[in-house]
Amino acid sequence: MASSIRVRATANGDITEVQALIQHPMDSGFVKDAQGNLIPPHFIQELTFEYDGKPVFVADWGPAVSKDPYVKFSFKGGKKDGELKVSWVDNKGATDTTTAKIQ
Amino acid sequence: MTSRLAIRAATTLALGVLAFTPAARAAETIDPVADNAAFQKFFTDKFPKLQLKDFVNGPYSMNEDLHKQWEEKEEFPPYEFSLEDGKQMFTTPFKNGKSYADCFPNQGIGIRQNYPYFDDKDGKVVTLELALNRCREANGEAPISYVKDEMAALTAYMAFTSRGKPMDIRIPNDPRALAAYQMGKEYFYTRRGQLNFSCATCHVQSPGQRIRAEVLAPALGILNAMPIYRSEWSGMGTTSRRFITCNSQTRGVPLAPESDEYRNLEYYLSYVSNGLPISGPGARP
Amino acid sequence: MRATAIVAALLIANASAAFAASEADYQAAYAAAEAANKEAGTLRNQWTTTASTLAASKKAGDAGDFDTAVAQAKEAEALAKASIFQATSEKERWKDMEIH
Repeated sequence: MASSIRVRATANGDITEVQALIQHPMDSGFVKDAQGNLIPPHFIQELTFEYDGKPVFVADWGPAVSKDPYVKFSFKGGKKDGELKVSWVDNKGATDTTTAKIQ
Repeated sequence: MTSRLAIRAATTLALGVLAFTPAARAAETIDPVADNAAFQKFFTDKFPKLQLKDFVNGPYSMNEDLHKQWEEKEEFPPYEFSLEDGKQMFTTPFKNGKSYADCFPNQGIGIRQNYPYFDDKDGKVVTLELALNRCREANGEAPISYVKDEMAALTAYMAFTSRGKPMDIRIPNDPRALAAYQMGKEYFYTRRGQLNFSCATCHVQSPGQRIRAEVLAPALGILNAMPIYRSEWSGMGTTSRRFITCNSQTRGVPLAPESDEYRNLEYYLSYVSNGLPISGPGARP
Repeated sequence: MRATAIVAALLIANASAAFAASEADYQAAYAAAEAANKEAGTLRNQWTTTASTLAASKKAGDAGDFDTAVAQAKEAEALAKASIFQATSEKERWKDMEIH
């Protein structure tokens, strides 16, 4: 099965711009289904981007982030063909990870 | 109490007025070509800075800030997952060994811009979604919901293969086709629901303006981006889904998906947008 | 004085009896509203608020509150009739909005 993480990283001189789209229901735990029952919370709690073994972006997420979240950020010190590692952990303990080369 | 009396009074008065109205406006000839020209001129005059092709982006061509956000989002669009699912579904054979490609011209690739079309055997308008379910049923598969999920994924893929191609709806010289087109046009301009809005109220009279927090899209090119990932839905939806939700938003009871009225409406709206590029699948707020 | 008071009391009692709706009143009002909404249905132009008002009427009627039930039913009937009027008048009025 394909990774839940789509990531694209582009180096522009000193700055690397990163975009990621993550497939995840991000259920807040506050929404009811058609029968009136609460849909249990199911969301990413921590999202980490690492370059050269060091975290360059760490997000602590909660129920306020919507389904299939999209992230965009820039960091210094990345080089073309360098590897960016992306991983997340959700409140059920599930994880996913992927790596991408900086273009 | 007062509102009820007022409604009764208004009804009586209106009925009285109707009784004295002289013969209804002369029956007009149905002229889709003239309609198309007038429709496109109306919007290009209203938004002289836009190119014709820009109209397919709905609210994003109406508001600079939204446009900037949308351009960024298009690099990693929210419909990507559905599009991938759609490609997989489309290429997976049915239990009987046949596939969707067998039901459509050109294997179903690059044909979305020809839908809807008028089926002269049926005497009715056929939409892409209707054709997909008919294909399924003809091959022993259960039909799928018209409003989202699998249908949205399949049509997302088919729209994607037609990206950039100009909308190309044909109206044959058949009185039934012309009548269907005309009924679609009437539906578009008819006010409905307790809020008494027609499609035109928002999409002809007020494009670029806000309704609550949303920026309204122009009617020109409004179906070219279908199906759409709508942030409001946190998911994909087809043309049927949008027609239904628009109806209920004006407090009108929606019709069943692919009802004659909706098929005719889609026929009209697509035809008057002929020449504008297919941009689907799309993303909307 | 006492006679007047008794007469007044009787009049008031009769008056409130005249205003209190019976179950039969509710059934009749509901049926009329439902019929009008059905007609709006044949015109393919029902309103969502008609349906919710009918539901409110039925809920009150089931609970025995016939005054509310009748009031809601009459409101629903008015809404249904307005939706019928909308459908019939729009047969011509749609042209007002048309782009030429």
